[in-house]
Amino acid sequence: MRELAIHVLLPTLALVLGGCGEVWNNPYPVQEGGGNILYSAFTERPKHLDPVQSYSEDESEFNSQIYEPPLQYHYLKRPYELVPMTAEAVPRPRYEDAAGRTVAADSRRVAFSVYEIRIRPGIRYQPHPAFARDEAGRLRYHDLKREDLAKIHSLRDFPHAGTRELVAADYVYQIKRLAHPRLHSPVFGLMSEYLVGLKAFAERLKVEEAKLVAAGRKGVWLDLTQFPLAGVEIIDTHSYRIRIKGRYPQFAYWLAMNFFAPVPVEVDRFFAQAGMAERNLTLDWYPVGSGPYMLTENNPNARMVLERNPNYRGESYPDRGEETDAVDGLLSDAGKRMPFIDKVVFSREREGIPYWNKFLQGYYDFSGISSDSFDQAVRVSVEGEASVSPEMTARGIKLETSVGTATRYFAFNWLDPVVGGGQADAAARERARKLRQAIAIALDWEEFISIFANGRGIPAQGPIPPGIFGIKPGADGINRVVYDWKDGVPLRKPIEAAKKLLAEAGYPDGRDANSGQPLVLYLDTTDRGPGDKPRLDWYRKQFAKLSIQLEIRGTDYNRFQEKVRKGAAQIFVWGWNADYPDPENFLFLFHSAQSRAKFQGENAANYANPEYDRLFEQVKHMENGPPRQALIDRMMAILQEDAPWSFGFHPKDYSLHHGWVANLKPNHMARNGLKYQRIDAAQRERLRAEWNRPVLWPLGLLAMVLAASAAPAVIGWRRRERAKGRA
Amino acid sequence: MLAYIVRRLLYAIPILVGVNLLTFTLFFVVNTPDDMARMQLGIKRVTPEAIDKWKAERGYDKPLLFNGAADGGAKLTRTIFFEKSVRLFVLDFGRADDGRDIGHEIKTRMGPSLAIAVPVFVLGLFVTVSFALMLAFFRATYLDFWGVVACVAMMSISSLFYIIGGQYLVSKVWHLVPISGYAGGLDAARFLLLPVIISVVAGIGSSTRWYRTIFLEEIGKDYVRTARAKGLSEQAVLFRHVLRNAMIPILTGVVVVIPLLFMGSLLVESFFGIPGLGSYTIDAINAQDFAVVRSMVFIGSVLYIAGLLLTDLSYTLVDPRVRLQ
Amino acid sequence: MMPVLLWTDLLVFLLIACGIGAGAYVSRREYLLASWRRVGESRAGMASLTLLLAFVAVGLLDSLHYRPRLEAANGQPAGGYGSEVRSALDALLLPLKTRTEKTYSAPLATHLYAKETVELADGSQARVFPRLKHGGAHLEDAEAEWSRDVVLRILRGLALAVLAGPTFAALAVLAAARRWGMNWQAAWRRIRRGESRFAWDAVLLTLAALLLLVGPAISLAGGYHVFGTDKVGQDVLYLTLKSIRTGLVIGTITTLAMLPFAVALGIAAGYLGGWVDDLIQYLYTTLNSIPGVLLIAASVLMVQVLIDTHPAWFATAAQRADARLLALCLILGVTSWTGLCRLLRAETLKLRELEYVQAAQAFGASAARIMGRHVLPNVMHIVLIAVVMDFSGLVLAEAVLSYIGIGVDPSTISFGTMINTARLELAREPVVWWSLLAAFVFMFVLVLAANLFSDTVRDAFDPRVAGRRSASSAQEPAA
Repeated sequence: MRELAIHVLLPTLALVLGGCGEVWNNPYPVQEGGGNILYSAFTERPKHLDPVQSYSEDESEFNSQIYEPPLQYHYLKRPYELVPMTAEAVPRPRYEDAAGRTVAADSRRVAFSVYEIRIRPGIRYQPHPAFARDEAGRLRYHDLKREDLAKIHSLRDFPHAGTRELVAADYVYQIKRLAHPRLHSPVFGLMSEYLVGLKAFAERLKVEEAKLVAAGRKGVWLDLTQFPLAGVEIIDTHSYRIRIKGRYPQFAYWLAMNFFAPVPVEVDRFFAQAGMAERNLTLDWYPVGSGPYMLTENNPNARMVLERNPNYRGESYPDRGEETDAVDGLLSDAGKRMPFIDKVVFSREREGIPYWNKFLQGYYDFSGISSDSFDQAVRVSVEGEASVSPEMTARGIKLETSVGTATRYFAFNWLDPVVGGGQADAAARERARKLRQAIAIALDWEEFISIFANGRGIPAQGPIPPGIFGIKPGADGINRVVYDWKDGVPLRKPIEAAKKLLAEAGYPDGRDANSGQPLVLYLDTTDRGPGDKPRLDWYRKQFAKLSIQLEIRGTDYNRFQEKVRKGAAQIFVWGWNADYPDPENFLFLFHSAQSRAKFQGENAANYANPEYDRLFEQVKHMENGPPRQALIDRMMAILQEDAPWSFGFHPKDYSLHHGWVANLKPNHMARNGLKYQRIDAAQRERLRAEWNRPVLWPLGLLAMVLAASAAPAVIGWRRRERAKGRA
Repeated sequence: MLAYIVRRLLYAIPILVGVNLLTFTLFFVVNTPDDMARMQLGIKRVTPEAIDKWKAERGYDKPLLFNGAADGGAKLTRTIFFEKSVRLFVLDFGRADDGRDIGHEIKTRMGPSLAIAVPVFVLGLFVTVSFALMLAFFRATYLDFWGVVACVAMMSISSLFYIIGGQYLVSKVWHLVPISGYAGGLDAARFLLLPVIISVVAGIGSSTRWYRTIFLEEIGKDYVRTARAKGLSEQAVLFRHVLRNAMIPILTGVVVVIPLLFMGSLLVESFFGIPGLGSYTIDAINAQDFAVVRSMVFIGSVLYIAGLLLTDLSYTLVDPRVRLQ
Repeated sequence: MMPVLLWTDLLVFLLIACGIGAGAYVSRREYLLASWRRVGESRAGMASLTLLLAFVAVGLLDSLHYRPRLEAANGQPAGGYGSEVRSALDALLLPLKTRTEKTYSAPLATHLYAKETVELADGSQARVFPRLKHGGAHLEDAEAEWSRDVVLRILRGLALAVLAGPTFAALAVLAAARRWGMNWQAAWRRIRRGESRFAWDAVLLTLAALLLLVGPAISLAGGYHVFGTDKVGQDVLYLTLKSIRTGLVIGTITTLAMLPFAVALGIAAGYLGGWVDDLIQYLYTTLNSIPGVLLIAASVLMVQVLIDTHPAWFATAAQRADARLLALCLILGVTSWTGLCRLLRAETLKLRELEYVQAAQAFGASAARIMGRHVLPNVMHIVLIAVVMDFSGLVLAEAVLSYIGIGVDPSTISFGTMINTARLELAREPVVWWSLLAAFVFMFVLVLAANLFSDTVRDAFDPRVAGRRSASSAQEPAA
């Protein structure tokens, strides 16, 4: 053992020590020390970075820094407000009747909405080989043979790069890509309902694709510019026009998503060359944009690196925000040229514990908080306001809280004979409604939030989260079926009220009044990991309050989806994150035409109520205002009475960041926040050294223990030697 | 000799086919192609058309094992099983369900896996053999007794405790090494130090005991007694005779695991965030990425068979009396 | 109440019946008894066996399941049974099971481990560590009375142990005295001086140590949470005791499930040779060459799907979890039978050439008869050694598999699930160390006892296979 220590451990230790100065546990290369670099982490490897396919938040973490759709959300203002990004202005729709004549917005004859978008001139793309041209002005890398690619493994292996100006045609090209036969855009289905001619365009492309396949040219580049898309036209170099069927005011929100970001035709053609895909050179892996950053290192297993795009036009930091923003120092950079940070390093961190510990050591600049670390980090003050605990304050850690645009809930399957509402007999419907209401009261979401989310959530009164139009504050906004208004706060009705409803529903004390058999309900959930047990126990406890026996069926994700899709689940846990800040994005979850079991829609509870459907059709395309609010109020009342969901809670986001990060404000709609942020690298360097002094006595102790355990062996050896000498 | 190797290689083919068939069956009982499509396409706004398109594009729109609609031999070949398996045999792994090239992925992840597995293997062998030799030297003394007790105690501790405890103390409390992560080149040493030491320590108990019994068996043999009778010192007997002869069973015993070092270690890689093949496998299981799981199983089987072959060959190398036929 | 017989319960009882049957068989054959006597002479072996039996007792109590009858209420007749399945152990530990706190509390604590906002008498609010609902609830002034109360309870527990100890000792001495045909004083002297061949002294010493621990634990558990509470306030002692059955079931049922295959195929391959041998060799090479974890993962997922798609097969959640546990045992069995099968094949190849087998062949005995009557009894020692050696490896494997997420059902309490949740607690500040420590200690003692016992059995039966590495060591992927 001792030899081992001398020959193996010590040299390694020396190597380690020599490598990293006074701090031993720095996970980053020494050369990076003191750089203007932001350190972040990603937990899930991004699957798609092609803006046509990418829909998840972990992917837009990268894509939104690179791609620039025409619009964006204002970084500071709340409620969320759309502002131009590359566009000159936020487009206002012009309405046309069926014959193409312009009509007033409130006209009954509105058949189309027309959006005209003007792009600012002079915006240029990041350097990229797809734009590189030779002396004669021809694109260098557009007729590559397989042999040319032999030594190419990543984009960096191309010696030349070029750029060009962003034009309207790039936006149009991307819209056409939504219908590309080889790509799967999650919004194609929805967009083809609204965008004029998109469906026909997709059919046309399908035919062209079939022709290519038949000609044995499968996988050859399909030039979308060859085929016209009726609803989208290029007006001039810097403007284009989109025609939408009917009224769809929410369309402007879509223009702030990466689905409507520009993709240059050269890039698409560049990546479509034979041999590219085999080398993992695809647009799905190498995004190309005009935004503040470009992806320079792409290793989804370990790290992704964004670096400043040298061709970025330099947007300036907003000079107006919410009232508190000036106090919080969020306006001190007003008017300055963005971005502030040179490089952003995202490291892959699968698990929460290392993530949190590295944050505490100063190796990540910000961190979400796991419930387990909450008490250490945050304390909730008398008024229920969260603030950072003294230990964290001493370290200069700051807290940002915000209510997310999401809802978690228990759904009752409307098709279920016991808890559903689709029974033919009116009395049976009434009984099931009372049962649902009783459960809605018994499910104590306040307790759930306090145990499992450490208070990080707001109990929901309906599907719409705060911060979005349609929600009403105060006594008017509460769910009267579940809550009473008392002393200025909503108070959950006592369990006796639930028991009474349960008795009226025909299950006094949780037993069927006719047969005397206990009522058994079934909950489907994907919670079945070892860490989920406490939550399952909690669910059971809630139903036990009504003496209802709850059987929990934990299934894997696919099986769960399938059950919900087939309408075979009885009660299940579900959630919805907003696509855009409009009540329609939540209210449509109850529209019967969206039924999951019948039409594969998003209405997972399969709720159906003709009155509600009628109101929804009206509300859907209205502008925000008192008339819309009045209709939404009626819809909410229907939902609260029918209780197809037990409205759970709207999760609150608490994000912690170190004192050296500035200009951080959570924004649930926009993910392009990196350009606004600034860091103080010198301060970080100093604090990291202070927080991570290596503790050396264990090494000494270990050496002593090893020596002590080797001692008997040495003594024994000596004794034998001596014995032999004597013999 | 050559004929023997060729025969063994041919024998490997039915085994690999069997392995493939088994994984294929197990996986598709669990996952229908529809499930895989949904998993990849996400949850929001997925239409049945999109699912069909995804399946058609990746060749999952055919029957699993038997295609009644096709003619003749095509009944068996125009199936998912045939089309997906046949290419494995020329080591063309194709693309993962998320579109990435599996071969490329395996190539880049092999490095980190080997960077952990090889030091653990070499260091582990060295430490345990020396420890076992020491115990054999002090056989039938209280040192030997307590050494064996320590071994039994060490092997009664779950490897999870070694990892959790080591990581907590060394990285979190003492700030001696980074908590997790990986870097290329020499820089990797800082990340590998702790996982390697933990893996070696976790393996000491069982291996030492096993090597000790081999040494004791060897010590009991006649030639050792003869050597000692000739007046050779105990050290000389131990190092010159016992160690050399005992290395034969030890080495032939460990040869079988050498190829499997490529597969990486599931636990250590996932705890320490090392982007090797072990964590790739776990990710694939969680993401239900059949293409990756199948490739990893295939590679594992090939390596196992290679290990068996190497073991047989190593017998002939260390003991010329063994003839392979 | 309504008794419930879970599948694993059935197999556990079957196993015990087998054990009794085997005991009866052995007791009539002197040459087998001799080996077992050697086991009985080993002090380490008997001490560990005593510990193991204590674990088995807990496990058996936890295998007697029932569903409690619903009480009559509100003018309704008592009818139906609760959907919760309890065991005899639950009934014994009912206070531990039901006295849950809100969240974490340290061992023997009187206050919660996390601060909470509470309303003070004057109407203001403060963040304090609130008193526990049950732990130390009998104390009026927790700070002042706590240490006295704890010491008193420990003393009371020790007194209990001192009272109970001699009872056990007397029983043992009387049994020994009857066997040896002497009076009890002489027997006691013989045991005390360690002169008896059977290691009575080791058994009695282990029992004494056990009692000295259990006594105070029982006495303290009456008023405190001896090992603290977990995230949702469940008593960690209760969780640890419940984990024992899972570990034992995995360690024993797995081997039980794979034995028939391993024995039948191994002997058949060795004895019959030819194409049977080829086929069986092909089968186990194929199974062996699939990386174990992947095979287990795929099979566990498959079984889970089967369970998910047929909810009607299982009346209660416990039965569903049990099905998964059983499936895990079977799957581990399938992946671990190959090692034993190979050993048996090699041994049978040797036996086949022996004279008495050749003689039986010459008399025209059928192959099945020879394999059953002549080969099988002569390889049983290998089977026995494999069974005891695999046990500890399997207990360890359960923890690892549950960590990866392909082990037992999350609602099953096991060492693996405990470690998994405890791991998160280490990231807390201040650290929650007690669940991890409790799981560590219990698991360590169980596995250590099993390892020591298996060493003894192996030495007694066949020192030659001493070095054989347990087939399940490959299932510890980190090592």
